Amino acid sequence: MTMASVSTGRGSVAPAVRRSRRRWTGWQFVGPFMVIFTLVFLAPIAYSIYISLFRTQLIGGTSFVGFDNYVTAFQDPQFWSGVSRVALLLLVQVPIMLGIALLVALAIDSGRLYGKSFFRISIFMPYAVPAVVAALMWGFMYGTRFGLIGNINDAFGTSIPDPISSGFVLAAIGNIVTWEFVGYNMLIFFAALRTVPHSLYEAAEIDGAGQWRIISAIKLPAIRGALVIATIFSIIGSFQLFNEPSILQSLSPNYITTYFTPNLYAYSLSFSGQQYNYAATIAIIMGVLTMLVAYVVQLRGMRKEV
Amino acid sequence: MSSATQQATAGRPTGAGRSGAKGPARLRSKRPAPSIANPRKSLTLTVLTGLVLLYALVPLAWLVINASKTQKDLFSSFGLWFAGDFALWDNITTTLTYQDGIFARWFFNTLLYVVVGAGGATFLALLGGYGLAKFNFPGKRAVFAIVIGAVAVPGTALAVPTFLMFSKMGLTDTPWAVIIPSLIAPFGLYLMWTFAAEAVPGELIEAAQIDGAGPFRTFFKVAIPLLGPGIVTVLLFTMVATWNNYFLPLIMLRDPDWYPLTLGLNAWNSQSSTAGGEAIFNLVITGSLLTILPLVIAFLFLQRYWQSGLAAGSVKE
Repeated sequence: MTMASVSTGRGSVAPAVRRSRRRWTGWQFVGPFMVIFTLVFLAPIAYSIYISLFRTQLIGGTSFVGFDNYVTAFQDPQFWSGVSRVALLLLVQVPIMLGIALLVALAIDSGRLYGKSFFRISIFMPYAVPAVVAALMWGFMYGTRFGLIGNINDAFGTSIPDPISSGFVLAAIGNIVTWEFVGYNMLIFFAALRTVPHSLYEAAEIDGAGQWRIISAIKLPAIRGALVIATIFSIIGSFQLFNEPSILQSLSPNYITTYFTPNLYAYSLSFSGQQYNYAATIAIIMGVLTMLVAYVVQLRGMRKEV
Repeated sequence: MSSATQQATAGRPTGAGRSGAKGPARLRSKRPAPSIANPRKSLTLTVLTGLVLLYALVPLAWLVINASKTQKDLFSSFGLWFAGDFALWDNITTTLTYQDGIFARWFFNTLLYVVVGAGGATFLALLGGYGLAKFNFPGKRAVFAIVIGAVAVPGTALAVPTFLMFSKMGLTDTPWAVIIPSLIAPFGLYLMWTFAAEAVPGELIEAAQIDGAGPFRTFFKVAIPLLGPGIVTVLLFTMVATWNNYFLPLIMLRDPDWYPLTLGLNAWNSQSSTAGGEAIFNLVITGSLLTILPLVIAFLFLQRYWQSGLAAGSVKE
């Protein structure tokens, strides 16, 4: 309080020249980030909006087509099948993953576990595994030849199909994604739970509140910000799904199509089909869609606060 | 010291102090009743959480076990136990020498991308986060809005236009194509911003300025020592992002000599499904193990720092 009044007092005394120079000091720190940010974020966004308005053909070259690419995309069944696939994953996998992460974070935070730091670090560890390695590893384990599914079939005489070369491929990928990120989300929740003052719990205990009541009335509201952030990041992650299906594609070419997810579709369009303009269109639509969903989640998450 | 451990240990004495103050109520029970700060351990809860622990660790155990098998044993032995021949050292030697030791080349490429990319990203996030937290400047709100909005833009959506731009600049198929986009970590900036706002008191900066230190001298001498846990946290997370990067190098690089480990491993794996390609599953598995080891070790040894960094970063939420 006193510090604040002192500093404003000195600020008003300081000559105007010095103050205006000081006002720009912040830019010297933020500037380097913003320069590279402009080069690798803003410029590509502007550029992809620009090229999405053109079409390149073998005969006739590049011509301005306005919003034709967007009209094509909205009528493209391959694009929408990819969108509905990631939307399904989003609706099923994200709640399961965040639910498990939250339960584990609450369990560790309750202090009622034996060896809680071992739990915390071990469950987090898969996060350090690259998506490539995770997909290769689970791909092997799913396999009927030398994977665990094969072992089960040998032992029990069953014929469970390889999940990635059957209709279960989306669930199989959802499982890999869950495995990779459940610990990361757990840690975000746990870190938020640590910041809740213990005096609140003690007060609630004196008032006769049980564990579940403390969780629903104190802990969950206290970490709502972390829940919203984790949900938004998971939504972005689902919409961007690329690495896992792309790597498993060689094991299951019949079930993981080139348009399995919108990102895989954009990638195939650009690098196998040379259709850069249409790929940029798909990327922009997905970007807008992601931001819309993230924005709605944020609005909903924050509205409850009032 | 890390603030998380301080919090954890600080929680107990106050809890004990409080229960001591409520002494008369306690006399009824012989043993001190478990408090919130130090509750009774639960075996049921431990076992239930243990299921998630198993889910997390079994695949890693599978990787370690199968890295010790020969290609033949991979197909003939049970997946979650060791086979007759313990071939781990042979596998490691073969992995490192296969195709004239290209695995080592990939390893050093990855190291280059991580040191320059993640190191640079952390430094830029540190500078920017500190600037946002401690200075008022024209356009600050716009900077913040743009960067937060950018977090929601799918990174892979930018990949195709970035590739086209870089190929016009002649940057594709060079290390720069992987390093430059890695330099930006919007979430790292956000984390540094919240961390710097908490960890560096404004009074300290003012005091340094009264002593005649310029803004950068103040930053290096006063702020950086206070930002240690935040720096380690952002560094670890940008390291994971660059070490695990697959999509960006996949589109930017054609020459296997510049591949990072992730691309190399995938190339080895797809070799088996191409006609005439030699199946080297044992090398893919051993290579995968070698790829994850450095990160696992880094996370284990730096736990104290990044966990407290995360805790402090979440205060602002």
